[in-house]
Amino acid sequence: MYGALWRKLPGPNVVKVVELLVMLAVVVVLLFAWVFPWATVHLPIDNVTVDSSSQSMLMPDARLRQVME
Amino acid sequence: MGERSDDATGVEPAIVGNNRHRLAKFVGVIGELLVTVGVVLLLFSAYQLWWTNVIAAGHTSVAREQAKEYIASSTPKPLNSAFPKGDAFALMYIPRLKPSVWALPILQGVDLETLTKGLGHYPETAMPGEVGNFALAGHRATNGEPLANFDQLRAGDKVYVQTPTAWYTYELKVDQIVSPTAYWVIKPNPIPEAHLPSDRIITLTTCNPRWASYERWAFWGVLTSVRPRQDGPPPELEL
Repeated sequence: MYGALWRKLPGPNVVKVVELLVMLAVVVVLLFAWVFPWATVHLPIDNVTVDSSSQSMLMPDARLRQVME
Repeated sequence: MGERSDDATGVEPAIVGNNRHRLAKFVGVIGELLVTVGVVLLLFSAYQLWWTNVIAAGHTSVAREQAKEYIASSTPKPLNSAFPKGDAFALMYIPRLKPSVWALPILQGVDLETLTKGLGHYPETAMPGEVGNFALAGHRATNGEPLANFDQLRAGDKVYVQTPTAWYTYELKVDQIVSPTAYWVIKPNPIPEAHLPSDRIITLTTCNPRWASYERWAFWGVLTSVRPRQDGPPPELEL
């Protein structure tokens, strides 16, 4: 896989190393800027709140129901 | 007619060699993929443990300036449930958690974006000093982790909140580890059995255990004093 990539890269070895470093940098930036933030939201980590999102949406309903009853 | 005739034996080692070569190539690619996955996971750890804190530090200093500006304003926007989401309206000081909770901005809202900037205020709960529950959330690990040392908090610890109108002093009283759906912890009078000596309370919530978040940790305190803005900060803060 990486061997084939190395053989396909143009230029002498020094240039190939530079090309690889640039590609690596692009991949890391993509990961840090988009992939990891997206993954964080979908993983059960970093959650610090009690469930307000569902409850606060439920609460007005509950109030409404009380008013209507 | 047998496939393995005598004249084919000369070809066989070459076929076996070819297959072995293919297998080696296949195993090699699998190995490279596994190493790649490992490197990506290491990078994800670096992102979580280091990069989110770098980003959050920048966000927090911007929010701190916003809070200071709001507090210094002569005609501040009213502090009520209509206060704009994502805006900073107060600064918090907890001597026990110094320096991470020292002039730490408090912002309206508890979404992930807001929580990278400081502590988040559950918008549907009371504002500082009001009757009811002034409820806040903060990260304990990653994203600035202002509440990293939450486990060091003790009953009796003081929590100071500065707003445009006053300095509010709360004293922590009781804590409890609860489930993520324990929404009752941020309601007014969440723990009647504790007989808190005031109906003006504060709640801090964060994740538990620190590096996972399948539980929440809540700490409740009560308002013990209010100093009007013109009297300056409480002297014990030595600001």
